[in-house]
Amino acid sequence: MNPIIASASVVGAGLAVGLAAIGPGVGQGSAAAQAVEGIARQPEAEGKIRSTLLLAFAFMESLTIYGLVISLLLLFANPFTS
Amino acid sequence: MFFSLAAVEVGEHFYWNIAGFTVHGQVLLVTWLVIAIILTVAVLGTSNLEQVPKGLQNFVESVYEYTADIAKDQIGEYEYRPWVPLVGTLFLFVFVANWLGALVPWKLITLPEGELAAPTNDINTTVALALIVSISYFYAGFKAKGLGFFARYISPTPIFLPLNILEDFTKPLSLSFRLFGNVLADEIVVAVLCFLVPVFVPLPVMVLGIFASSVQALVFSTLTAAYICESIE
Repeated sequence: MNPIIASASVVGAGLAVGLAAIGPGVGQGSAAAQAVEGIARQPEAEGKIRSTLLLAFAFMESLTIYGLVISLLLLFANPFTS
Repeated sequence: MFFSLAAVEVGEHFYWNIAGFTVHGQVLLVTWLVIAIILTVAVLGTSNLEQVPKGLQNFVESVYEYTADIAKDQIGEYEYRPWVPLVGTLFLFVFVANWLGALVPWKLITLPEGELAAPTNDINTTVALALIVSISYFYAGFKAKGLGFFARYISPTPIFLPLNILEDFTKPLSLSFRLFGNVLADEIVVAVLCFLVPVFVPLPVMVLGIFASSVQALVFSTLTAAYICESIE
């Protein structure tokens, strides 16, 4: 394998996950903050808020997962190596 | 010992050649097991129906109600009934597949190449599921509106035409990548933690993986119902 392609792939794989984690991190933080505020204001709605929050987390998390899929592609199934 | 129980092999497959096609045998084996489990529970639970349910029938009925509620929440009271089988099947398949991959120590069975794991950690399985979802929401739209279905590509204004066409490609892409990435990411995280600290430390992550994989099944079926609702309304 060409060493330049190999090193660029490894750096790219790291950057793909790292950069993809920034946005969902901020988003999950603000969503969790709003959920805590909602529970504090209305403790009897806790169950409903929690289940909605978990579903929303799964959607946000999937954005990081897209980055992870790209990095797995670069590490294990790199199309530029052969 | 612990390390070898959790090690993960990415990109290595147990190839079978069937009629000129190369297939991933380890995925097919576990897929058949998942189908067998779901069929057995469903047949045993519904074979001896009683007015007052007990035992397995009780369990199967509550599973049915749960999956029907997923469809009902998204599609609505009047239209949801024909879509319960699709949404329920997708939910059950993804759920059983994810839990089978997380709970069964597959490493005890050695294959010549590759390893047995959840079938959803192979991109081919998840892409197939996502394409089923795509085809069924097109079918739902055509059945509900006929050729008027294409009006949604130029709504609200014709400027949105390229975006609306692009959306038909990004929907199956995101569905399949989300499921595949989540399942594979759980396995890799557990494998890396087992490599660093073999005892106790990976346990919370394993529990998180079991929880996350059930949430992924819920997300997949909820999105299926939401896409179908979007095209029939």
